[in-house]
Amino acid sequence: MSEPTKAPAPSGRAATKKELPEHFKSYRHVWVFVEQERGQVHPVSWELMGAGRKLADKLKVDLAAVVIGPQGEVSRQAAAEAFCYGADLAYVVADDLLADYRNEAYTKALTDIVNTFKPEILLLGATTLGRDLAGSVATTLLTGLTADCTELDVDPDGSLAATRPTFGGSLLCTIYTLNYRPQMATVRPRVMPMPERVARDPGRIVTHPLGLVEDDIVTKIRAFLPDRDSAKSNLAYADVVVAGGLGLGSPENFQLVRQLAAVLGADYGCSRPLVQKGWVTSDRQIGQTGKTIRPKLYIAAGISGAIQHRVGVDGADLIVAINTDKNAPIFDFAHVGIVTDAIRFLPALTEAFRARLSPHSRDRIAS
Amino acid sequence: MHIIVCIKQVPDSAQIRVHPVTNTIMRQGVPTIINPYDLFALEAALALRDRFGGTVTVLTMGPPSAEDSLRKALTFGIDRAVLLTDRFFAGADTLATTYALAAAIRKIGETFGAPDIVFTGKQTIDGDTAQVGPGIAKRLGLLQLTYVAKINTLDLEAGTIEAERRSEGGVQVLQTRLPCLVTMLEASNEIRRGGMADALRAARAEIVKWSAQDAGVADIAKCGLRGSPTIVKRVFAPPPRAEKATMVDIAGQPPADALIAHIFQRAPKLEAELAALARGY
Ligand SMILES: Cc1cc2nc3c(=O)[nH]c(=O)nc-3n(C[C@H](O)[C@H](O)[C@H](O)COP(=O)(O)OP(=O)(O)OC[C@H]3O[C@@H](n4cnc5c(N)ncnc54)[C@H](O)[C@@H]3O)c2cc1C
Ligand SMILES: Nc1ncnc2c1ncn2[C@@H]1O[C@H](COP(=O)(O)O)[C@@H](O)[C@H]1O
Repeated sequence: MSEPTKAPAPSGRAATKKELPEHFKSYRHVWVFVEQERGQVHPVSWELMGAGRKLADKLKVDLAAVVIGPQGEVSRQAAAEAFCYGADLAYVVADDLLADYRNEAYTKALTDIVNTFKPEILLLGATTLGRDLAGSVATTLLTGLTADCTELDVDPDGSLAATRPTFGGSLLCTIYTLNYRPQMATVRPRVMPMPERVARDPGRIVTHPLGLVEDDIVTKIRAFLPDRDSAKSNLAYADVVVAGGLGLGSPENFQLVRQLAAVLGADYGCSRPLVQKGWVTSDRQIGQTGKTIRPKLYIAAGISGAIQHRVGVDGADLIVAINTDKNAPIFDFAHVGIVTDAIRFLPALTEAFRARLSPHSRDRIAS
Repeated sequence: MHIIVCIKQVPDSAQIRVHPVTNTIMRQGVPTIINPYDLFALEAALALRDRFGGTVTVLTMGPPSAEDSLRKALTFGIDRAVLLTDRFFAGADTLATTYALAAAIRKIGETFGAPDIVFTGKQTIDGDTAQVGPGIAKRLGLLQLTYVAKINTLDLEAGTIEAERRSEGGVQVLQTRLPCLVTMLEASNEIRRGGMADALRAARAEIVKWSAQDAGVADIAKCGLRGSPTIVKRVFAPPPRAEKATMVDIAGQPPADALIAHIFQRAPKLEAELAALARGY
């Protein structure tokens, strides 16, 4: 992955691109790593499948899903599902040593199938698992890896053009891996739209052995402590999100955000300073160093709209901003704005929504 | 015990401005800081030294001015600072960065004693890839524990470490063998304030400065821009939204009703969906 601190390469370098080394010419097709943990496929995998489908169509090559996991139903199901999201074929490495994610075993599985079946493009989700794995695999293969892309495209000459934010989102840069294969990229959850699922029969499945025994793997899993349900938020995947920022003035006033969210059946979030102040837990932070969201409706109250916040919400269909400052940057990217005091306005908005959405429960008091 | 912590000097991104006409980054006068995430790694290393004794070496690769960050790190009470600096390193992507850092870590091991743990931050705020840690681990053949929130136990005799690693939907408690590479999660601890003695020492301490050759880098062609498989072809400002926000008039009807009318006018299907969501709640 390129560090954006480096200046763009002189245009001459890319223009005088040497021909791809002979041994890389057989690298073809687009692969998406299907991330599953504890029997659940991470939705970012299907989002990547949508992006991968477009690249494969443009390149006129196949789109393959790569499933690494335990033997049996979990991996079979993940592979079958991949076809419904556009895969032409699936590579499967299924072994009970792969039931839980461990870097050593997953790195071996993925590098082995890359070396055997030679894809030109390999995409992974920028999750804790995907980043842990992608860094190891790219270093083993000595190829380029572009992290946290926001746009993927192929040039007329077939090179992957991977665009990502740099300098905290204030600029974007487009990065190429010209003379190495595969071209690897990661994408954060919710950055790409979820493609439509179309029921289809599974296609071709190619299985590959792991070739390890438990004693080969040094790292052992002592326990898994699932997050408490109360701590789990579905923020990234919520259809409606209400968030508050420093403009709310006090942790007590954050209740107003929660109450509006409750009436809308929405999830709630916040800007970073609220996490730093300890008003709200960090899994609720939206933005560059928090979650990327893609709701149908996003309501931001008392948030100025710094670029680091904006990059996390740009994918929302409709952004509504409530702010006392008519010059707040958030009004530059919100669709609908209102210049008013959020502390007084939020209760009125909550009541008005309640009345409009369920006229019969008008007199119920917010919990 | 010997711990190496990799830190990076980064521009304080909150203060970076983009030139409105030329779209270039206006770096002049932008203050630099230690990458904030690396402070958690530093504190984790110091906390282990408190418990087990030993030394902490901090390593950074960067321009000569990155010395400032090392002096800062010395004020927290680290034992030794190494600056890896050479014009051959300029323009490195993560693969080229890990090549150089891995060479320097080997050299530190030979010169000052083999490390038991190499720490990195979770990610940088300028490179922002979270790949340098795993890359170093792979190049040095170290086992890796990423996104570590807490180190539970360290058994130097048995050569084992147990740590809590953040994963999707929970925490993995992992045990692995030393030496290993750990990337520390944010908010896992808070950096200490060094003492007066540390501050005095920091100003005078000698910083180990290595060129590529000093660090024993075998192949200059694998460093910097030349050694980077990725190239940045284009840097540009995010396109602004074509239309400005529609502002709700707060003078007329109750503003809440006016806002809701605007919302449903723009997204007509939303009302039924919201009613369904609200009922489900
Ligand atoms: C490396 C880095 C990463 C970052 N990552 C993130 C991130 O992931 N997410 C994030 O959010 N930030 C992030 N930030 C911080 C970001 O730069 C901003 O500082 C932050 O988003 C500002 O939060 P805010 O809008 O709540 O506060 P402020 O910028 O202080 O804005 C408060 C707003 O509330 C308005 N206001 C005041 N009173 C009222 C009232 N009564 N009613 C209505 N409006 C009112 C004000 O006009 C103002 O616009 C990051 C920064 C850095 C350097
Ligand atoms: N030039 C560098 N010198 C020393 N350490 C670095 C350097 N670049 C990155 N790192 C370390 O690697 C971590 C991840 O960086 P990144 O992959 O850029 O997000 C950082 O938190 C640092 O600990």
